[in-house]
Amino acid sequence: MGSRASSLLREEDIEEIKRETGFSHSQITRLYSRFHSLDKGENGALSREDFQRIPELAINPLGDRIINAFFPEGEDQVNFRGFMRTLAHFRPVEDNEKNKNLTSGEPLNSRANKLLFAFRLYDLDRDDKISRDELLQVLRMMVGVNISDEQLGSIADRTIQEADTNGDMCISFSEFTKVLEKVDVEQKMSIRFLH
Amino acid sequence: MASSVYLCLLRAVFLVCFVNPLIQALDANVLQNPHHELEENLTGLPIVTFKWHHVQTPYLVIIWVFVAGLAKLSVIELNHHVTGVIPESGLLIILGFILGGIVWGADKAQTFKLLPPTFFYYLLPQIILDASYFMPNKLFFSNLGAILIYAIFGTCWNAATVGLSLWGCYEAGAMGNLDIGLLQFLLFGSLIAAVDPVAVIAVFEEVHVNEVLFILVFGESLLNDGVTVVLYNVFDAFVALGGPKIDAAEIIKGIFSFVVVAFGGSFLGILFAILLSLLTRCTKHIQIIEAGFVFVVGYLAYLTAEMLSLSAILSITFCGICCQKYVNANMDEKSVTTVRHAMKVLANGSETMIFVFLGVTAIDTEIWVWNTGFILLTLLFVFIYRIIGVFLLTWMLNKFRLVPIEVIDQVVMSYGGLRGAVAYGLAAMLDEDKIPEKNLIISTTLIVVYFTVILQGITMKPLVQWLKVKRASHSDLKLIEKLNNRAFDHMLAAVEDICGRIGDNWWTRGWNRFEENYISWFLMKPKARKNRDYLFTVFHKLNLEDAVNYVSEGERQGSLAFIRSDEAANVDFKKQFGSEFTDVMPDIMVDMSNYELGIENFTVTSIVKDTIPSVSLDIHGQDRKNAVDDIRAHHLLQQHLYRSRKHHRHKYSRSHFSINQSEDEVQEIFQRTMRNRLESFKSAKMGVNPAKKITKHHKKELTHKMPNGHPDDTGHLYGDKVDSAMGSETGTISGTFMRDTYTVGAGIENPVFLPDMDSPTHSSLPWLMETEAVAPSQRAQRRLPWTPNRLRRLAPMRISTCSTDSFLMADLEEHEEQPQTDHEEIRPVFD
Repeated sequence: MGSRASSLLREEDIEEIKRETGFSHSQITRLYSRFHSLDKGENGALSREDFQRIPELAINPLGDRIINAFFPEGEDQVNFRGFMRTLAHFRPVEDNEKNKNLTSGEPLNSRANKLLFAFRLYDLDRDDKISRDELLQVLRMMVGVNISDEQLGSIADRTIQEADTNGDMCISFSEFTKVLEKVDVEQKMSIRFLH
Repeated sequence: MASSVYLCLLRAVFLVCFVNPLIQALDANVLQNPHHELEENLTGLPIVTFKWHHVQTPYLVIIWVFVAGLAKLSVIELNHHVTGVIPESGLLIILGFILGGIVWGADKAQTFKLLPPTFFYYLLPQIILDASYFMPNKLFFSNLGAILIYAIFGTCWNAATVGLSLWGCYEAGAMGNLDIGLLQFLLFGSLIAAVDPVAVIAVFEEVHVNEVLFILVFGESLLNDGVTVVLYNVFDAFVALGGPKIDAAEIIKGIFSFVVVAFGGSFLGILFAILLSLLTRCTKHIQIIEAGFVFVVGYLAYLTAEMLSLSAILSITFCGICCQKYVNANMDEKSVTTVRHAMKVLANGSETMIFVFLGVTAIDTEIWVWNTGFILLTLLFVFIYRIIGVFLLTWMLNKFRLVPIEVIDQVVMSYGGLRGAVAYGLAAMLDEDKIPEKNLIISTTLIVVYFTVILQGITMKPLVQWLKVKRASHSDLKLIEKLNNRAFDHMLAAVEDICGRIGDNWWTRGWNRFEENYISWFLMKPKARKNRDYLFTVFHKLNLEDAVNYVSEGERQGSLAFIRSDEAANVDFKKQFGSEFTDVMPDIMVDMSNYELGIENFTVTSIVKDTIPSVSLDIHGQDRKNAVDDIRAHHLLQQHLYRSRKHHRHKYSRSHFSINQSEDEVQEIFQRTMRNRLESFKSAKMGVNPAKKITKHHKKELTHKMPNGHPDDTGHLYGDKVDSAMGSETGTISGTFMRDTYTVGAGIENPVFLPDMDSPTHSSLPWLMETEAVAPSQRAQRRLPWTPNRLRRLAPMRISTCSTDSFLMADLEEHEEQPQTDHEEIRPVFD
C-alpha cells in the first residue's frame, strides 16, 4: 500500500511540498499513503465526507471546524498539496529553522501562522474578527452540558473583555496575538510527525 | 483557628520524634537520683513540684521544634537582608552546626542526632505527601516518560558507576587500607545515587526555573527514592549474603524484587488514593474532621508500604498525586483550604527540622573518619557521573521528545543533583557488623550532602542567571488562554487522527474520556461532578478575585462608603438583570441583599460566593454612584434590617465554626421576608387574590376533569399542543397561535389561574426559591409572566408538563389522535 501510494507521487511534487512545508521526504510519503487511504473516491482529492469518516474526528468537539480549515474558501475538495499545507501548521519549530526564516518568507509552522490557524477556527465568517456569537459557538462545543447559557454568555463576555483593547466587543487577530503572547504556542500547537 | 489546630497536630507528630535519643541520653541522668528527690518531698505537702522527668521527652521535642522554627524565622530574616545569596537549606544546615556546637560544648557529646527511624517515620512522609499532593498533574504525566527514565536508569547508572569507579580507585590504591569490598562500594554507590526530594525542592523553589525543567528534576527526585531504597536493600542483602553466594538466580531475584517493590508501592498508593477519595465522598456531615483524613490515609499508605517492604515513598507519592483531584472536589471548600495550609505547615516544619538536624548531627567526634582519597573521589565521581548520566539519557530522550530538552537545561539538571537527608538516613541505617567502615560512609555521605546542598545550592542561582535558563513566567490567569489551551488540545487530537497516528494526544484524550465517564463517577460526589467544568472553574476563580479586589478597593476608601457602595452594587445588578422584573417585586430584591449583608455575619466570601456564579461583576461599572439608589437602599435597609436578639448558644463548639446563627433568628428573618414578599405580590398584581386555597382547589378540579378525557378540556388540550409545539422548530409561530386560541377556550378568564402562576414552580414555596437563587436567571426572567396574555399562555403549559404527564401515559391510545384533531379544528378558525 505504502509503496504503491508513494509511487503515485512524483518526485518533483515531493520536492515542491518539501520546500513549501518543511516536511521531510519520508514524512511526505508517509502522509501521502494516509491521504490515499482516506481518499475513498480515489480522485486524488479529499472531500468533507472523507474526513468525516474518521471515527475519532466525528466525536471531536472541534472536528467540523478543523475539517473546514483544510478547505480553501468556497471549495469542497482538497488535494494533497493543500492537505500538507494545512498539516504543516502543526509541525514543531526546529532549532535550525528559527534563524533561516528570512530566506523563504514565513514558514507555515511559524508562531504567527499557528495562531492564525487557531484564530480562523473561531472566525467563521472570515471577517478577521471573533464576535461574541462566534466565540459562544465554540464555547458551546467545548464545554460540557452542565453550564447554562447565561453562564456561558458571561464567560464569553469576560473572554472578550480580556482580549478586547479597542472596545469594539470583538477580538481582532492582533488582539488575539497580543493576549496570547505569553502562551507557548509553538509547543502547544505542534505534534510529532514520524520521520 | 486552623493554624493553632495544626500547630497542635505538628506538636503531636513531633512528640514521638526524639524519644529514642532522649531516653538514652537523659533518662540515665535523671533516674540516678529519684530517691533523693522523693525524700526531700516527704517533709511536707509540696505546693509546687518540679517534675522534669515526667515531661522531659515531649518537652525536649517541642523545644527542638520551637528552636527549628526560630531558626527558620531568623534564616528568613537574614536572607532578606543578605538578598538571598545562600539558599535557606544551606543556612539552616549552618545554623545546625552552631546549635550542634552549643550542645556539644555543654554535653561533651552529641546527644541529639537525626536518627533514621525518626527521619523516615516522622519527618519524611509529610514532605513527600505535600510534594505529591500539590504536584501539577498534567505536567507530571505529560513528562512521565522522561521522569521515569531519569529516575530508574539515571539512578542505576549513578549507583553503578560511582560504586565501580570507587572500587577501581581503591584497588589502584588511592585510599590506603580499608576494610571494604566491591559489594560495599556498590551499596555505598546506591545510597549516594539518589537525588534528594527535600533538598531539590528547597533549592529549586527559590530559583524559579521553567516548569518543564522543574518537573523533570522534581519528579525524578521523588520517584528515584523508590529505586534507591530497592537498590540499597538488594545490595544490603548481597553484603549480608557475602560475595561467593551470589549467583545468577540471586541477581534475577534482585531485579524482580526491584519491579515488585517499585510497582507494588505505587499500586498500594493508588489503592489508598481510591480509599481516600471514596472516604471524602461521604464526609458531608463531619466536615470538621474530613481534612484530617487526607493526612491519616496518606500516612497509612506510607506505613503500610513500609510494613509490606514495598517502596513507602512511591506509595505516598502516588497516593497524593492520584487523590488530589477527587479529594479537592469532594471536600468542602474550607476543608480544602485547611488541608493546603496544614500540609504546608507540616512539610515546611519537617524540612526545617531535617536541615537543622543534618547540621547538628555533624558536630560529633564519634562519626568522623577522614579518608581524603575516598571522600574527594566520591565527590568527584558523584558530580561527574551525574553530568554524564544526564547528558546521555537526555540525548536518547531527545530523539523522542516533541520539545527537546535544551543543553542549558541539561546543565542545570545535572548541577541540580543535590543529595540530602535520605542518603544520610540510609547510611545511618547500615549495620556496623557487616560494614566495618560504616562511619567512613556516614561521614562521606554527610560531606557530599553539605557540598551539594550548600555549595551547589549557593551557586545554583548565579548559574541559572548566567546561563539565562528559561524562567517560569508568572502570567496572570486568563480565561482566553485557558480556552485556547483547550482548543489546542482538541486541534492536536484532530490532526493526529487525520494523520492516522496514535500519539500522545490520542492517549491523553482516551484517558480523559475514561476518567470523565468512569473514574469521576466512582470517586466524586455527584454534586462535585456536576459543577466542575474546567473553564467555568477558571471563570469563577477570576470573578472571585475581581470581587475580592473590589471589596478591598472599597474598604480602602473607608468602611462606610464601602458598605454603601456594595449595597448600591447589589441593587444595581439586580436592576440590570431584571428591569421589568423589578417593578413586580422590588422588595424581594432588596430584601435579599439585606439578608445577605446580615449584620453580624458580614463576611466577604458570603457576598462574593452568592453573587458571582451567574453574573460577572463589572468593577468599573459600579464606580458611578447613583444617589437615588443610595437613598433608596438606605431606606429599605432601615425598614427591613433585622435586629438580632440575644441568643443563648455557647460561643464555642468543637465541631462547628459558625455557631452564632441562631435558628430562631434565621426562621424569623425567613418569615419576615416571606410576609413582605406576599404583600408585594399582592400590590403588584392588582385584583389578584393570592389565596393558596383557591390554587389547590383549582388544581384538584383540573385533575378531576382530565381523566374524563373531554376534548374540550382546556388544560388537557393545551398541554398536548404545547408539547407538540415545543418539538417543532417554529416556536414563535405556534406561540402566538396558542395564545390566540387560548382566549377562545372555555373558563379561561377565571382569575384563579393567576396566583398559581405567580410562583415559578408550584411544588415548593415561591419565596424559598428566590432566596436561594440571588439573581433569577436571565432565562427564567424572560419567561416570567408579566402581561396577562402571557400569563394565560404559560399556565396550561406548565400544567401540561407537570401534572398531566402520568395521565397522558395512562391512556395513551386515546390521546395520540386527540391533539392532531384539535390542531386541525382550531387552525381554520384563526387562519
